[in-house]
Amino acid sequence: MVDMVALDATDRIQDDLHLRSCIQCGDCSGVCPLGYLMDFPPSKIIAEIRSETYARVIRTDSAWMCIACSACTTVCPMQIPVTINVMSRTKEELVLAGNVPPELQAALENSQRYGNPEGESPRKRADWIKGIEPAIPVFGREKRTADVLWFVGDYASFHPRVQQVTRGFARLLHLLKVDFAILGLDEVSDGDSQRLAGERGLFEYLAEKNGRAFGKYSFNRIVTTDPHAFNGMKTEYPKLGYSYPVQHYTEFLVEHLEQLKPMLCKEVKTRVTYHDPCYLGRVNKIYDAPRTLLAAIPGLTLVEMPHTRQNSLCCGGGGGGMWLDGFMWNKGHARVSEWRVGEAARTGASVLVVACPYETPRFEDAVKTTGRVEQLVVKDIIELLVEAI
Amino acid sequence: MKIAVPTQLVPDLVEELVIDASGSYLDPSTVRWVLNEFDDYAIEQAILLKERQGGQVTVLTQGLEGADDVLFAAAAKGADRLIKLNGDFESGVKMHALARLYLPVLQALAPDLILTGVQTHLNLDGTLGPLLAESLGIPYVGYVSGVTLADGKATVLKEYPGGLKAEMEVNLPAVLGIQSSDTPPRYVPISKIRQVMKTSKIDEEEAGEMDESGSVSIANLMQPESGEKAEMIEGDVDQVAARLVEILKEQGVL
Repeated sequence: MVDMVALDATDRIQDDLHLRSCIQCGDCSGVCPLGYLMDFPPSKIIAEIRSETYARVIRTDSAWMCIACSACTTVCPMQIPVTINVMSRTKEELVLAGNVPPELQAALENSQRYGNPEGESPRKRADWIKGIEPAIPVFGREKRTADVLWFVGDYASFHPRVQQVTRGFARLLHLLKVDFAILGLDEVSDGDSQRLAGERGLFEYLAEKNGRAFGKYSFNRIVTTDPHAFNGMKTEYPKLGYSYPVQHYTEFLVEHLEQLKPMLCKEVKTRVTYHDPCYLGRVNKIYDAPRTLLAAIPGLTLVEMPHTRQNSLCCGGGGGGMWLDGFMWNKGHARVSEWRVGEAARTGASVLVVACPYETPRFEDAVKTTGRVEQLVVKDIIELLVEAI
Repeated sequence: MKIAVPTQLVPDLVEELVIDASGSYLDPSTVRWVLNEFDDYAIEQAILLKERQGGQVTVLTQGLEGADDVLFAAAAKGADRLIKLNGDFESGVKMHALARLYLPVLQALAPDLILTGVQTHLNLDGTLGPLLAESLGIPYVGYVSGVTLADGKATVLKEYPGGLKAEMEVNLPAVLGIQSSDTPPRYVPISKIRQVMKTSKIDEEEAGEMDESGSVSIANLMQPESGEKAEMIEGDVDQVAARLVEILKEQGVL
């Protein structure tokens, strides 16, 4: 059965004309943080496709080591969209062949059933707003029209650590007197990481649900703290007919910087280093907005890590990596987040600053597992801004 | 080989369980229904048998919210026929009654093998498998974690406490209470489910009279009460250790 699937897969992927331009330089495999643990790193997959032996790739599970960090796509001299056309396409074939690691399967099934990969009750999606003053407006409840639709996202809604950041952003929106509302129980996962994990159908299903919810209300733009939601809504949702201006919170706050600056009156005397999230930086080229916000905080010193901006090292959570920790550990005792916190610590910074809801918990765990609790703390830019107010 | 898989939808424990005004059942408006986990394994085992040896798999479930999703997902995995039994299941159904409701449908199907989840978290009055087997006058083996079929017989792996396993031969037709399938339930991409929704149909059957005789009735349902809370020992390492030793002595452990 698997062989039939593998042969069909070979037929399907042969049609990808992009792959014919590959010069087999191997840069994609070399730059891949986990390529050394793959039976078939990206350039080898392309070679297998071209020699019509792709079925061999589908019989392995090495594509699940891909964290869709887009380093391969960025480095490709022939501009082949390697992450999507090779790695996520291969994951799609693995999903069709039923070759899905159990922990990823649970996240995908949860996303189908509950609209979030964590498997939390969808009725509790807006529980984080309880007790917040002033109250968080919810579309359909308090209002039907707002300037900003704040797309909160999965981890920002449900993860206790990330909820602290979410509440911080709510405070900033209130202080800036932004006319905003959230979707509340109408919101489901943005689905972008599920798409990059090879479940395109699931992504479309979730995007349609969000798209229908967007259609019920009137707003000028979407703002989100989640680079994955930002990427999905900016690049992929329009292909499904849901086209709205969307901003990551860092861009949105930079727009409001003149208003924000006078509020930042407390010194935050700290040496920090900033981690560029893959789907904010490398994929969407937003490198300056986060740094502009950090520069506006009095007393704060920013030092850069060796891997920065376009060359940033992934936290390991993208493309399904968020739900494959055990699988990756079993494969090669590899945890990219641990390498990254090591790099952050070596800069002498005492705070690793992030701008993605995957990263706070991932890096905090890595700080603990590498024994750096005394040395390094992880904070979102939002938390530093709130501290400075 | 005809395989039938009568399944059950049970309250999803992801949601808070709210007791209704009568105090004897859950408030149906707060319940989210989910396929009983062991039934998921029963469906998988049926599909695995079909893939290995051919045959026709019929999956049955109760007409509750979410039933269609369960049935279409089963079809996407390879089930051939889908049956939804419509009845008043919202305020709970006893196993004795459910077995009687499934009975005529199963008799009409006349399967060679009936696979059902070994238990659910709602089993107050026994489990579905043995009740069905008794009514049909055919053998039952429960706690099964592996099935092979040959010559009108099933060879099953039955689990016992203490890590013991027995291999048993059962004459068909038979009912098996599935604890686990040969391999875990597979993932079905949502695109496959959506495709199947366009091409498969769900046969709806009306459930007969609910007959609960022989079962038990719930007098009162209540949330577990919290007992005495744990004592958190305060202080530095030495103080905590000293207090811990004291407690262990008080309890007669040391």
